Amino acid sequence: MAGRVGFHSDLTTDIESPADEDGVHDSFSQLIEEQCHDHHDVMEMTSLELEEESRDDVMHLESPVYLRCDSEPQQTECLIEERWSSDTLKVLSSMPSRTIGRSRGAIISQYYNRTLQLRRRRQSRPSIQHFPRAARPSIRGHLVETDADELEEDDNKRERLVNNLQNLSGSDRVRMLRVMPLSLAEKKELRMLVLNKAEHSLSQSQIPCCSQLKYYIIIALRHGWYGWLSFLSSLQLWQTALKCVGGRFGTGVLSYFLFLRTLLFFNVFLFLVTGLFLVVPQAVVHPDRDQNTSVASLWGLEVLTGAGYFSDSLLYYGYYSHQTLQTKRRCSESINGTSCESGLSYNMPLVYFFTIGAAFFITCIILVYTMSKSFGQSFRIDKSKGLLAIKVFSSWDYKVSKKSSVRLQRANIGTQIKELVAEVNREELKFSVLQRLFRVFIHMVAWLMCLGSTLACVLAVFYFSEHMHKLQKDAETRSRAGTNPSGGVLLREASLLAVPVLVSGINLILPGFFNAVAWMEEYDSPSVLNYVSIGRNLLLKVSVLGVLCHHWLGRVASEPEKLGLQCWESFVGQELYRFLLMDFIFMLLDTFFGEFLWRLFSQKALKRKRKPVFDIARNVLELIYGQTLAWLGVLFSPLLPVVQIIKLLFLFYMKKVSLMMNCQASGKPWRASQMTTIFITLLCFPSFLGASVCVTYTMWTMKPSAGCGPFRGLKTMFQAGKLWVQELAAENPNLSWLASAHAYLVENPLFLFMCAVIFLIVIYFHSQVVDGQRKIIELLQEQIENEGGDKKFLITRLQDIHERKRVVSPRRIRGASEDSSCT
Amino acid sequence: MGNKQTIFTSQQLDAYQDCTYFTRKEILRLFHRYRDLAPQLVPLDYTAGPDVRLPYELIGSMPELKDNPFRQRIAEVFSEDGEGNMTLDDFLDMFSVLSEMAPRDLKAYYAFKIYDFNNDDFICRSDLEKTLNRLTRNELTEDEVRMVCEKVIDEADLDNDGRLSLEDFQHMIVRAPDFLSTFHIRI
Repeated sequence: MAGRVGFHSDLTTDIESPADEDGVHDSFSQLIEEQCHDHHDVMEMTSLELEEESRDDVMHLESPVYLRCDSEPQQTECLIEERWSSDTLKVLSSMPSRTIGRSRGAIISQYYNRTLQLRRRRQSRPSIQHFPRAARPSIRGHLVETDADELEEDDNKRERLVNNLQNLSGSDRVRMLRVMPLSLAEKKELRMLVLNKAEHSLSQSQIPCCSQLKYYIIIALRHGWYGWLSFLSSLQLWQTALKCVGGRFGTGVLSYFLFLRTLLFFNVFLFLVTGLFLVVPQAVVHPDRDQNTSVASLWGLEVLTGAGYFSDSLLYYGYYSHQTLQTKRRCSESINGTSCESGLSYNMPLVYFFTIGAAFFITCIILVYTMSKSFGQSFRIDKSKGLLAIKVFSSWDYKVSKKSSVRLQRANIGTQIKELVAEVNREELKFSVLQRLFRVFIHMVAWLMCLGSTLACVLAVFYFSEHMHKLQKDAETRSRAGTNPSGGVLLREASLLAVPVLVSGINLILPGFFNAVAWMEEYDSPSVLNYVSIGRNLLLKVSVLGVLCHHWLGRVASEPEKLGLQCWESFVGQELYRFLLMDFIFMLLDTFFGEFLWRLFSQKALKRKRKPVFDIARNVLELIYGQTLAWLGVLFSPLLPVVQIIKLLFLFYMKKVSLMMNCQASGKPWRASQMTTIFITLLCFPSFLGASVCVTYTMWTMKPSAGCGPFRGLKTMFQAGKLWVQELAAENPNLSWLASAHAYLVENPLFLFMCAVIFLIVIYFHSQVVDGQRKIIELLQEQIENEGGDKKFLITRLQDIHERKRVVSPRRIRGASEDSSCT
Repeated sequence: MGNKQTIFTSQQLDAYQDCTYFTRKEILRLFHRYRDLAPQLVPLDYTAGPDVRLPYELIGSMPELKDNPFRQRIAEVFSEDGEGNMTLDDFLDMFSVLSEMAPRDLKAYYAFKIYDFNNDDFICRSDLEKTLNRLTRNELTEDEVRMVCEKVIDEADLDNDGRLSLEDFQHMIVRAPDFLSTFHIRI
């Protein structure tokens, strides 16, 4: 620890000190002596002095030697040596900082202070009667306790705490009550006192009826809130399953399942929004079917390809109407002809546009909020020191309840502690230049291999998709020309599955290859290895998705008629459905082959005792990939979240069963909260951001197909909003400012650019503030260390004085007795 | 909010809700877990606030705590009599602090008390040694244990008195992001 104050032996004759220390510190000695005489404790001391001295071994109390703690290992406990007299120890133990948390009284004082601060923050003007006497709050808060006044002080403090609590608002009071580290019985008592007092004051004062009403409303609202929380908690999905997994495998693997549950909730939210606003109205009012689409229904393949029967259903974009839906209420005949009173009108294109926009916006807000909360908890202004202490005190996972897992956890922690100690003790390994170069070379080779294989796969996907695209175009021209396509409809449908199969296969095989490559490298710590493997996998998935987006938006959407498509959006929706489904099927296969068969193989053939380990990072990245596909597809297929929900539900149970049967807990440390933060960040940044950029690009620039969907006839999907605003302005001249605002603000890129610049500046300012706070923390730590040094100094001086007095007084007594004996 | 249950009065339930991090349903579920440990000792009617104390052996036999090396300390810290015999209040308090929603400071306070084996409000070297032995039974040699204890005190002790006070402990826990997720029992 930097900045420890070092004392050298025998302060009184310290030749290294610049000034004569006795002279300089003499004033302190006097102060200390005065304090000694004034203080209640010390009166006890002086009265019992003579008795205690006989007990204290004078020889034992040499002049205190306070060496630097690490100079001689035996003297680490500098301040709790038995050499201190019992008086010094008494003073030591009643120092304010030592009484925090020790007794109920101290806790009550501490919380009295905190509630006072909270009240002051909430109110603008604190009431005078609640001001503490002018004194240093830290001393005031932690009064030194003496036996005689303890009960009285306790009641007094409690009374004041109850006062404070009563004056807080309801939710603050509950929060304070819960946070106090008192036993439940005492908390209930405090609460009762507070409520009685509140009732008492209420009944006493003449409250006008409206604030009494407000009081009752607030109580009713709180009851309602608790009821809602109860309901929400009863909806806890998979509580027992998660407990089981956590009990056996610990927090690391549990975080995967919790992440799955989070994704499920996102999809349920998406489904509710699109279902309520898009699917239900459209299902209720059937669209005008102006095309007779004869569809070959091949039941088996349809579920896989999403085409056929499904292609003209609610599942896809093409089904949705472009007109304002009207529910016809009454048609009455009159002279002029039948006139139908239109009921509710529902502007489908506008609603579609706004629903998708709102769904994405709300998902963005929830994601950013979750991410920032997670960040706040797990990333601290971290110094690298203190790792061992943190490991000892926070690595035992209390959730683990199975005996074998407990044993395993013990072994793990033991290994990690040993590693840390060894790391701390050994000196910097000086690798020779050759060895270092060799390691760098190996790393470079590994990275080249990974990047090369990624590039190869991406190019494969690119050219293969182009090839399939060409094949389909040829088949289309042939069918239009009248010649029968070779192979029939079945082959044509099945060929739609080719690209998804290729992509899922790549996603399955390549991470395994990356693992093998990483095995030959040597990393300094397992967490670096984790990050590197996550980075490589992420790069692969991002590039594959990028190529696919280019294929859909660049090739398919730009020339839909070459493929014979009436509706390119429905086609893209179908593609995404196929990708999602193939991903699920391949995950099933991977679980079966990767985990089950591998376990059988490794146990029977390789005769290994340990089962395979559940690869958390890889599975989580798979989940993120699937969710990106779902987000990309919501625009083109409003019911895609349903598919994702079904897939996630199946996946949960499948993975859980496979985990229980085939895997065991890992021996490597897994920093769960940091990893969870990273996963949420990955979900937000490449995944959600990429999907929303794609969707925004589609809405902003792509021309919707003229034959289907809610945006037919418009130049871009975005125009729906613009036209509506113009319509509003036309109908109601007062709203013309809305139209011009829309034209200048939303469509003008300069405005958006300015917004982005302002955000960046705000972020920069905040990061500077964080830097400044980090410096302040360092300064404060130094200050604490210096205070510690001061404390030590004062105590040793106190001891010194006490000794000198004792040395004097026995002499005096002896002298007196001698005198008396002499005379 | 049908008040069909007759175990607690609604005021009692409100008090429990305000003082712990549990909702009504969870409190009732926990009561039934408590009762299942000793159905003949625990009455079904708590409206009169009976003084029922379950001995430590029953608490320590719960599946969540059975194999936890710190179960005895946990029970001692949360029990009123300091011996591990828990009333319903102590039981609820224990699981409330160990639940997901308890804040870091509260958990750090109780974790400190758990690791303070001799109850002197400081984690001294002997406390640390006992903690290490429970954490890693037979994994570390004597020398290693001694070295680890020294290093830990060196790292965490801010005011240089050779042992960890509550403040030192809390200061260290602030820098341990995993603490919130590991000091957690799901019930």
